[in-house]
Amino acid sequence: MSTVAGEMDHHDHHHHAPSGITRWLFTTNHKDIGSMYLWFSFIMFLVGGSMAMVIRAELFQPGLQLVDPHFFNQMTTVHGLIMVFGAVMPAFTGLANWMVPMMIGAPDMALPRMNNWSFWILPFAFAILLASLFMEGGGPAFGWTFYAPLSTTYSSDSTALFVFSVHIMGISSIMGAINVIVTIMNMRAPGMTYMKMPLFVWTWFITAFLLIAVMPVLAGAVTMVLTDKYFGTSFFDAAGGGDPVLFQHIFWFFGHPEVYIMILPSFGIISAIIPAFSRKKLFGYSSMVYATAAIAGLSFIVWAHHMFTTGMPVAAEIFFMYATMLISVPTGVKVFNWVATMWRGSISFETPMLFALAFVILFTIGGFSGLMLAITPVDFQYHDTYFVVAHFHYVLVSGAIFSIMAAAYYWLPKWTGYMYDETLAKWHFWCSLISVNVLFFPMHFAGLAGMPRRIPDYSLQFADINQIVSIGGFAFGLSQLIFLWVVIKCVRGGEKAPAKPWEGAEGLEWTVPSPAPYHTFETPPEVK
Amino acid sequence: MSTRLITALLASIPLAASAQSQLNLTQGVTEISQRVYDLHMTIFYICCVIGVIVFGAMFVSMILHRKSKGHKPATFHENVKVEILWTVIPFLILVGMAIPATKTLFAMEDASEAEVTVLVTGSQWKWHYKYFDRDVEFFSLLATRQDQINNRLDKGENYLLEVDRPLVIPTDTKVRFLVTSDDVIHSWWVPDFAVKKDANPGFINEAWTKVDKPGIYRGQCAELCGKDHGFMPVVVIAKEPAEYEAWISEQEAIAKAEKEEEQRLLSMSMSKEELMELGERIYLGSCAACHQANGEGIPGVFPSLKGTEMVMNDKAGHIDIVVNGKAGTAMQAFGNQLSLRELAAVITYERNAWGNDTGDLIQAADVNDYLNN
Ligand SMILES: [Cu+2]
Repeated sequence: MSTVAGEMDHHDHHHHAPSGITRWLFTTNHKDIGSMYLWFSFIMFLVGGSMAMVIRAELFQPGLQLVDPHFFNQMTTVHGLIMVFGAVMPAFTGLANWMVPMMIGAPDMALPRMNNWSFWILPFAFAILLASLFMEGGGPAFGWTFYAPLSTTYSSDSTALFVFSVHIMGISSIMGAINVIVTIMNMRAPGMTYMKMPLFVWTWFITAFLLIAVMPVLAGAVTMVLTDKYFGTSFFDAAGGGDPVLFQHIFWFFGHPEVYIMILPSFGIISAIIPAFSRKKLFGYSSMVYATAAIAGLSFIVWAHHMFTTGMPVAAEIFFMYATMLISVPTGVKVFNWVATMWRGSISFETPMLFALAFVILFTIGGFSGLMLAITPVDFQYHDTYFVVAHFHYVLVSGAIFSIMAAAYYWLPKWTGYMYDETLAKWHFWCSLISVNVLFFPMHFAGLAGMPRRIPDYSLQFADINQIVSIGGFAFGLSQLIFLWVVIKCVRGGEKAPAKPWEGAEGLEWTVPSPAPYHTFETPPEVK
Repeated sequence: MSTRLITALLASIPLAASAQSQLNLTQGVTEISQRVYDLHMTIFYICCVIGVIVFGAMFVSMILHRKSKGHKPATFHENVKVEILWTVIPFLILVGMAIPATKTLFAMEDASEAEVTVLVTGSQWKWHYKYFDRDVEFFSLLATRQDQINNRLDKGENYLLEVDRPLVIPTDTKVRFLVTSDDVIHSWWVPDFAVKKDANPGFINEAWTKVDKPGIYRGQCAELCGKDHGFMPVVVIAKEPAEYEAWISEQEAIAKAEKEEEQRLLSMSMSKEELMELGERIYLGSCAACHQANGEGIPGVFPSLKGTEMVMNDKAGHIDIVVNGKAGTAMQAFGNQLSLRELAAVITYERNAWGNDTGDLIQAADVNDYLNN
């Protein structure tokens, strides 16, 4: 007890860590680390986005204009890797760092030094990945799914760097996940029972278990690729008794839960924002928790729906079709609960709410195409076409990324102490909303009409659709610069934000002043 | 006003999808492809109905229950009955979808009692077709000219969807495809047949079709297979059984004649001009995708042939690598892909083009000697 009192004293007198660069290098403060994660993810979002611009520029017209096919493949590969591991996942970890301790009334993350390390290895991982693009033979060009043997026997020597970089990303994610779990299990304020935790905390709690379960599987997959390529093993080489399809089983056993790792925290964010701006309690809190757990559980038994064309036995195809269809039940429950929360509320349309509403509609559209993809006989037609590209961009861009935008606007006043510029933010929203649909909706048609994914050039019947898609892509890319502008403006000043800037918002984070002091909840709050 | 706009928009979606345009899935030319299309439309319409209900409720709420209209929030936040309802109803809809899907799936996976069997082998970046029980096999390569891809020539109607030798199959006959690969994973896809099957190296997959209508059907490789993944189309011509029978007999006769001709020509030497001319043609068709038209390859990925040790000095090694390929790399064995004359010509070309100028002439007989030793 006395040490706790002593430490509090200490903090009262020295409110700030070292200044300058060392503050950021050595910081163990969850808010500093959260901010670094968020800025890092935004930079990666722009880097990965500029690769998407290269892709869309090349696909603007039939024929090869700007890049050669080998470089095009590097762009699709690195775009995917960066967006998944560099943009979406670190953004969620950043939000968890900032918000989980404040939401459960904890002073910081449970393992602050590990927290520092799990962030600071990330820039190295992505520096290695990006540097590999400049190697002789180019960077990874086998798709973010790195199917063997394209990634083993037939890849360039940058594969070793790719493997190393994925290992570092995995270690970082696992450490982040451990930190979240330990924090939530041990540092909740008195009275904060599990079933009182905000849904963002719940969804992250479940996500963290998914991460710990599957990141080692990914590490195993890349290691086997490494040894197959350089040390003469034959895990995925039929000539040596291996099986290339085995790679896909291992990859998707990681890959499918990974998809939920990128969407469950979104569910938590949306479940905070919709009640706040509907001025009405979240409908069906406990069913939301159970639905999240059900989705996480099911995510382990659906992986082979990515592999229907690999030649599985019919029995396996049927099992994975049914299991996949089943996922739409708990997902549907979530959507229905959000709509029921809005029903007969008192709704206002500030930017976080606009992004949240767009999320619900566009994510649901992604869910519909997901359900269509689950139907094995039809999947044979959809598989590896732009229909799939449209599907996962609807759930990842207008899903996960829109939820991250919503979260950023919702909590910016708490982070910076200033209100963001609502007019500019609305510009950002409407530009993003329109362009994201111009970008991704026509892809459904391209895919149905038979355009395969990952091709640098296409037959003439796809020319019009691709032109529209590319225009949408450029517009969406430019729209994100408005977001950067809003954030910088908000960090630098503006209208002072009160402790609780949103009338209907609930949660412990709104009980502390804005900006949130460097140390919060050094004395745990009492939760009734 | 706004509701009318929304209904108009929603109504236009199924219209756009059901129109016989390039915007929707093909109905194809087989019973299976028709069933797949019907399934696709059924699920699509179910999704539309659910979408109208869910988004409709959202929009009603957004319009009526807004703060700016002075709407006061209700306080309900739980209702077990409603929650059970919206768990059970979607489940029942899913069961309704699963039944026809399962039936179609079983029909698609039953490749038994096929009358014609074709072995389909993918390799970087072409398809090889071999008819079982008939002496016919050939490679099928992209026929679109490089100048069209590089925008130096106008693009033709079937740009990127045309091959030099299409696969020919009979109509009204169950045709079985055994699909495999020589290198990386490819995927053999013809949308009009609703057939897409991965070609896995070292394993053989099975698929089948029974085409109703004669015609030319086009598809593409669907699995990322390296640099020229976008440039390995599939073209299948379906002919009436009698026409097909005539065609395949003719192909057998041609293949036989070619083999005899080749043996006869072994004693004849070709001039340097002839060798270089034929060699360049073969090089651009079979080698330039990796080693590039200028022979310099892509550093770190595909080796250069310009001034390198093997091309300049090691004649036997050069013939060996072209004929047998190099295990563990993308270098294929061309011994079974090209004729003796073509092999000789392409090796001669590589040894004399791009300033290599070794002066070596390789004749068909040289390659034949190598093969027989
Ligand atoms: Cu291929």
